[in-house]
Amino acid sequence: MTIPEETLNVVGQSVPRRDGLGHVKGQTVYVDDINIPGTLHLKMVRSPVHHGKIKHIDFSEAEKVPGFVRALTYKDVPKNIYTILCLIGVGPDEEPVLAEDRVLWKGEQIAAILAETEEAAMEAVSKVKLDIEELPAVFDVEEALKPGAPILKPWGTNYFIYDYEYGQQNAFRKVRFGDVEKAFEQADYIVEGRYDSSPIEHAPTETTACLVKPEPDGRYTVYTNTQALFFTLDNAALILQIPFNKLHFVGGTVGGGFGGKVDVITEPIAILGSMKTGRPVKYRYTREEEMHVSSTRSAWRIYMKDGVMKDGRIIARKVTSYADSGAYNRHTPYAVTKHAANVAGPYAIPNVWIDAYCVYTNHQPCSAMRGFGVTMASYAIEVQMDRIAETIGMDPWEIRFINAYRNGDIKPHQKVVEDATLIEVMKAAAEMVGHQLPDRLLAMNSWDRGK
Amino acid sequence: MPSKVVSFKLNGREVEVMVKPLMTLQTLLREQLNLTATKAGCRQGGCGSCTVLVNGEPMMSCLLPVEDVEGQEVTTLEGITPAEGLNPLQEAFFEKYAIQCGYCTPGMIMVATALLAHNPNPTREQVIEAISGNFCRCTGYAPIIEAIQAAAQRTNGRK
Repeated sequence: MTIPEETLNVVGQSVPRRDGLGHVKGQTVYVDDINIPGTLHLKMVRSPVHHGKIKHIDFSEAEKVPGFVRALTYKDVPKNIYTILCLIGVGPDEEPVLAEDRVLWKGEQIAAILAETEEAAMEAVSKVKLDIEELPAVFDVEEALKPGAPILKPWGTNYFIYDYEYGQQNAFRKVRFGDVEKAFEQADYIVEGRYDSSPIEHAPTETTACLVKPEPDGRYTVYTNTQALFFTLDNAALILQIPFNKLHFVGGTVGGGFGGKVDVITEPIAILGSMKTGRPVKYRYTREEEMHVSSTRSAWRIYMKDGVMKDGRIIARKVTSYADSGAYNRHTPYAVTKHAANVAGPYAIPNVWIDAYCVYTNHQPCSAMRGFGVTMASYAIEVQMDRIAETIGMDPWEIRFINAYRNGDIKPHQKVVEDATLIEVMKAAAEMVGHQLPDRLLAMNSWDRGK
Repeated sequence: MPSKVVSFKLNGREVEVMVKPLMTLQTLLREQLNLTATKAGCRQGGCGSCTVLVNGEPMMSCLLPVEDVEGQEVTTLEGITPAEGLNPLQEAFFEKYAIQCGYCTPGMIMVATALLAHNPNPTREQVIEAISGNFCRCTGYAPIIEAIQAAAQRTNGRK
């Protein structure tokens, strides 16, 4: 069905941005643009080591700093251990709002300092004496899974447990489709690849920040640049063990996020600071904190093995992937699930085996970032496609057209494809870059495999 | 060290402010005078979001002690925003979608203001050089460059 173009008011039109006038006049109000008299500043005492046991914290010198108001430790947090994705059934809780007896990454928050000015808060933080016994750390995903690696999680493993099957826990997100080993025996070629990526910091121009104002009716207004307003409200209420309606979140204006502002890190502790002092509290990251402390995109390691026929058909794909979640879950268990659903690619492969691990290391926690879980999968898949084309001596366009999934195909995670557009997108891309495709490829489409 | 009174011209108006030694112009503008069009992306001279004009020259206000602008003329985005409507640069940024999250926009417009004052007909390369100290992390540089060139053309057309 084609929609007549004259009936379209928005599709294909340039629409002026609703927030554009505020942006060009400098009148858009970002969270740190709000100044409330009497606001306290919150700064964090952070772990100086990658892995350690906290033996003692001495606040005595910090308390003498002019402007110091109070410190908060884990003992002040009603429900200190949480996991953000508990809202969609992910568990168990495993990340402390403030570290208890251990720190798992360099930069982990140990205690919050509230002071009359940002400078006083920073000075007081610098005067807190930490007695921490450093423990061996692990930074490589495969090293973290080997026997003898320092164990980071209370349940005794360095991987997220996905589900139980016949009484056995699954150390990975598992996809089984067809019989890959049998198909490898039948394949004309075996093509293997290993793909590694580094963590990436979003580096938004506006750093993460929130401002909490206690209201006369006992509620708290929370101005924040979170990308996940209600998600953050719910998690904050659970951490603070207060009814959801005690919190009024004001947000929506984000000076760059890219997935870096979906974790629930600054708000709960700032609200707690406001509850304990009765004062407005601002907690804004410095640029250094934004780079060093805020979640990054996960680093991934992906091993891929494909069985390919001379005519270009991929008949088997076996993938083992490791996401470096850093010290805590944040959004990585979900990223790994998305990864497992997508790492076979937009291709019809009859035999697929996927083991995708969410691994804990002593790195800074990783989380969401633009297509997380899938972005690195796409990179690995498409480099792999080029390797296959090179190995069997076929045009890289042709190998993709031949294997492209079509409507009605069943993906390895048992979903029926209903909205395939790969062939159409590739045709459009070829036209845009001025590449002439042969007629047999141009005759193909996403809805009729006969063509 | 005691606070000090500093006098300078801000957006065409004489002001007298009391500041602690080494307080930056950025902190004064944002937290004491509530002129928050000047942004604070890094507070370390790295991002350009806090750019203001001092005697017409673009400067990063996060690295500028207030004492240093004694007797000088400081202009912020508030100072070049007309009471009604938009100036040609603002108009071009708005129409060309040279804005995404908006956080770099004030700094970009201030740098562009200084550029067009010195060079009413900049080449694409000169525009790129002028904004090279300003980060746009939404990576919308192409429309920003186009907007600055479009504003130059419009301004010249009006002369």
